[in-house]
Amino acid sequence: MSGVRVLVGTRKGAFVLLSDGKREQWEIDGPHFAGWEIYHLKGSPADPNRLYASQSNAWSGQLIQRSSDGGRTWEPVGNKFVYDGVPGTHQWYDGTPHPWEFKRVWHLEPSLNDPDTVYAGVEDAALFRSTDGGQTWQELAGLRGHGSGPRWQPGAGGMGLHTILLDPVNPGRIFIAISAAGVFRSDDAGQTWRPTNRGLHSPFLPQPAAEVGHCVHRIAMHPARPDVLFMQKHWDVMRSDDAGGEWREVSGNLPTDFGFPIDVHAHEPDTVYVVPIKSDSEHFPPEGKLRVYRSRTGGDEWEPLTQGLPQRDCYVNVLRDAMAVDSLDRCGVYFGTTGGQVYASPDAGDHWAPIVRDLPAVLSVEVQTLA
Amino acid sequence: MIRVVLPAYLRTLAHLASEVELDVEPPVTPCSILDALETRYPMLRGTIRDQVTGQRRPYVRFFACERDLSHEPPDAPLPGAVVSGDEPFLIVGAIAGGSQLTE
Repeated sequence: MSGVRVLVGTRKGAFVLLSDGKREQWEIDGPHFAGWEIYHLKGSPADPNRLYASQSNAWSGQLIQRSSDGGRTWEPVGNKFVYDGVPGTHQWYDGTPHPWEFKRVWHLEPSLNDPDTVYAGVEDAALFRSTDGGQTWQELAGLRGHGSGPRWQPGAGGMGLHTILLDPVNPGRIFIAISAAGVFRSDDAGQTWRPTNRGLHSPFLPQPAAEVGHCVHRIAMHPARPDVLFMQKHWDVMRSDDAGGEWREVSGNLPTDFGFPIDVHAHEPDTVYVVPIKSDSEHFPPEGKLRVYRSRTGGDEWEPLTQGLPQRDCYVNVLRDAMAVDSLDRCGVYFGTTGGQVYASPDAGDHWAPIVRDLPAVLSVEVQTLA
Repeated sequence: MIRVVLPAYLRTLAHLASEVELDVEPPVTPCSILDALETRYPMLRGTIRDQVTGQRRPYVRFFACERDLSHEPPDAPLPGAVVSGDEPFLIVGAIAGGSQLTE
């Protein structure tokens, strides 16, 4: 019987949530790595029992954990992330040069085909790859080395490489996104990169349409249509129909176009989900109402999804890596909050219920659809 | 035998119930103790000192014989009581409660 495994990274550990295809009854397994920040954990598409987790804390720095049994047991693997060559400088918040310093792994993206190959997006922003199951890591230095690195700057949460999209159709094509540098694309498996930010507009930059420096919060694609990308930017929800060549705004009737996560329905490439958040400084839902917004038209026209979500006195945030979908029929949608709730909708967003209410602040949510 | 006491979160990581006893070739220094510790427990690499520079991590401190040795050179010989095993070498996580990083 089919089922789902939801992988939840929190401020104080990881949790694995299990259910059958009905997605009504849930088993909660955890905390794993109790007390540690788990920025992200994700399973291999090539072997669902192979999971990778980014574990860190202020005392001990970065660790990477690997599971070969679906998250029941874990083993620490390599945690040596060394920038290639002389790292150089990026911009600090005030525009002054600041040396590149490794802080943590924000995002782990296992290869589509090989369980032992996994990519790591790190702070200060860079992309690393392991081809031996996480034992050793090598920087794909063409990203930082392509020339614009000295103009990248940190977002409020640090200068993290937070999104890695592996194109399942075009071999060797990878998209990554950095706060605050923008989106970059490689067509040669990560050796060389170019910025793909044309059409983005960021008033906090001296040149609002600059090639780099945009605070992209998240990008998403449908695997069957990888040339179409959706973006939640610091402000603006954007869409590209040519693999990042040009972006256009599709915020439409959203109550605010600020937010962090964005994701695409597993079976409907033009059905997109965002969680509007009030900003610049509040970072909670407008009017205290937690609403996911869904577009069935690839943007521009959005509908609020509220059934089962708190519609008063709700002041949580939903972080950029804390939304995911399963590929069951109907598509399940999941997100976690900084208040420790993980919500699930088994019907593409029409109805929601909390799987669990009182976890530590949720940093990431990933979903595996199990055969 | 050199006795080493680790903070709870590192004992959990290394699957240790209590303090560690290590054979360390003289001279016994913070550096030689950490070399021996990381050889036996490779999962601790990078958690106490930087893997490239060897520098102690900022929120980690080293104590022994009621002295703070955190700022001593890493190759400075440790007190005789640590070398003889009468006193442990303490690796301590700084009390950082209340910060956004740790609370």
